Amino acid sequence: MSSVVTSQRLPARPRTHRWRPGLGPLGTTAAVTILAAVALAVLGPALTSADPNTSDFAKAYGAPEAGHPLGYDGQGRDLLARLLTGAGTSLLGPLWVVALSMTAGTVVAVTAAWVGGRLDSVVSAALNVVFAFPGVLLAMLVAAVFGAGLGAAVLALAVAYVPYIARLLRSAALAERRKPYIRALEVQGAGAWAICLRHLVPNILPLIAAQATLFFGYAMVDLAIISFFGLGVQPPDADWGVMVASGQSGVLQGFPAESLMAGGCIVVLVVAFNVLGERLCGPARPGVRSSPRRWRFRFGAAS
Amino acid sequence: MTEAILQVEGLRKVFGAAVAVEDVSFSLAPGGSLAIVGESGSGKTTVANMIVGLERPTAGRVVACGRDRSRPPRSARERRERGHEVQIVFQDPYSSLDPRQSPAAAVDEVLRLHTRLGAPQRRRRVEELAELVGLDKRQLAALPSRLSGGQRQRVAIARALAAEPQVLILDESVAALDVSIQAQVLNVLADVREHTGVAYLFISHDLAVVRQVSDEVVVMQGGSIVERGPTSRVLDEPEHPYTRLLRASVPTLGWRPARRLTHFSTEAR
Repeated sequence: MSSVVTSQRLPARPRTHRWRPGLGPLGTTAAVTILAAVALAVLGPALTSADPNTSDFAKAYGAPEAGHPLGYDGQGRDLLARLLTGAGTSLLGPLWVVALSMTAGTVVAVTAAWVGGRLDSVVSAALNVVFAFPGVLLAMLVAAVFGAGLGAAVLALAVAYVPYIARLLRSAALAERRKPYIRALEVQGAGAWAICLRHLVPNILPLIAAQATLFFGYAMVDLAIISFFGLGVQPPDADWGVMVASGQSGVLQGFPAESLMAGGCIVVLVVAFNVLGERLCGPARPGVRSSPRRWRFRFGAAS
Repeated sequence: MTEAILQVEGLRKVFGAAVAVEDVSFSLAPGGSLAIVGESGSGKTTVANMIVGLERPTAGRVVACGRDRSRPPRSARERRERGHEVQIVFQDPYSSLDPRQSPAAAVDEVLRLHTRLGAPQRRRRVEELAELVGLDKRQLAALPSRLSGGQRQRVAIARALAAEPQVLILDESVAALDVSIQAQVLNVLADVREHTGVAYLFISHDLAVVRQVSDEVVVMQGGSIVERGPTSRVLDEPEHPYTRLLRASVPTLGWRPARRLTHFSTEAR
């Protein structure tokens, strides 16, 4: 019965079905949280008159007061100002990690899947070797050798993430490459670049986007860990990882505000990114279309 | 007789230890229609893939329009010229089209690849091709997910024809459609052949379909050709036991699955 219905389905249905906010309440909350964090990071300096790096030792661990709603840290610096400036570095770092590792991972995966044969075997073997190094450890090693700083940490972390991303995208690219529409283009005589850039990559883009969201969360935690150990962002620059570390002595003295608030920000955002990433690529829930198709529905080019 | 537009000589393909295709030779005249029949795994699709260049033959030659295409093309230009010679329509209508691309855009892309037509001329050509295969304007602009299997297969045919090939390979192209849609697409194919003079290489396991569309037929079993000849002769008076078995396997009115047939099948090998 259903096959008869599908085969005779009219091509133009009212478009009301087309848009569905398939994120669900939790996913929407996550998306809103992330957008709010980005907005706060961008607007940060304009929201408070206090300077994040001016210290007033008389006010160390000072309680909240007018104009300084979150109080002061151990060196008498305004906590709100530091949290807001820290949001900038804490979001920009993972953004770079994700941009670099996603680009490299996609290039590696699509090249291996397209060329296949010996190159594919070599790439897969090389990825397995890099797998053996934990990402944070690799990043710390690089930072220790080439000098601490956000740049080195970002680069090292990006390299460490490539195998995870490439392995997943390779299998997706391989499945896509075997599909008849790609083979038809090959028979037509279209070039490999054109086919990959115009057809193959756009069709695995939903997966790439979902993975990017998930890895943004991982990168945030990993960068915070690296900064916590003093190999990432260097004090006195504000960063949530740095703040968790510098708040340690306060925790022992009974003033846990700095570590708790910075840690809380990290936790909330990482959870938000994980939830959103899962909503974008997770298994289909009953009654809801699986997300890659939803993506295609919403963002699929009509021309 | 005119020179063959597609000639296959001693084609052989080995996958690891398995021989998929063994010493297959046939030729197709310009505007002709040849069917390859055989059960699943008889090597039909491998032959098709070798002709279009998706698989490389272990041995043998494929010549289309006077050009040897047994090896990968040396230049981008040669690759495009080969696209001009032989095109293929695959079995599965659901993955034959880019889900992000409307039929009009898919056909237009092929026109851009093969011709130097300007945008308005291409648009006109897209409409011509759509009319040839029976697609209306609305279907032409819809995304593939909004089209039925039969409509998608028409798009795939239009896209293949956009390259103006001399030979069109139809690899089980109607097998995934229901019977009424199948008949429509077969009519489209008959019209297309009448209008463009393209030659068909029809790969199928469906003898009824083969009888309708092809002049000549080649029967394959286990990678080799066991019988060949004009369609009506081969299907009405099969000489090889395997062809007889294929014919007897088609369910007709009052047909009952008989044990004897399965027994005979092992004997026929």
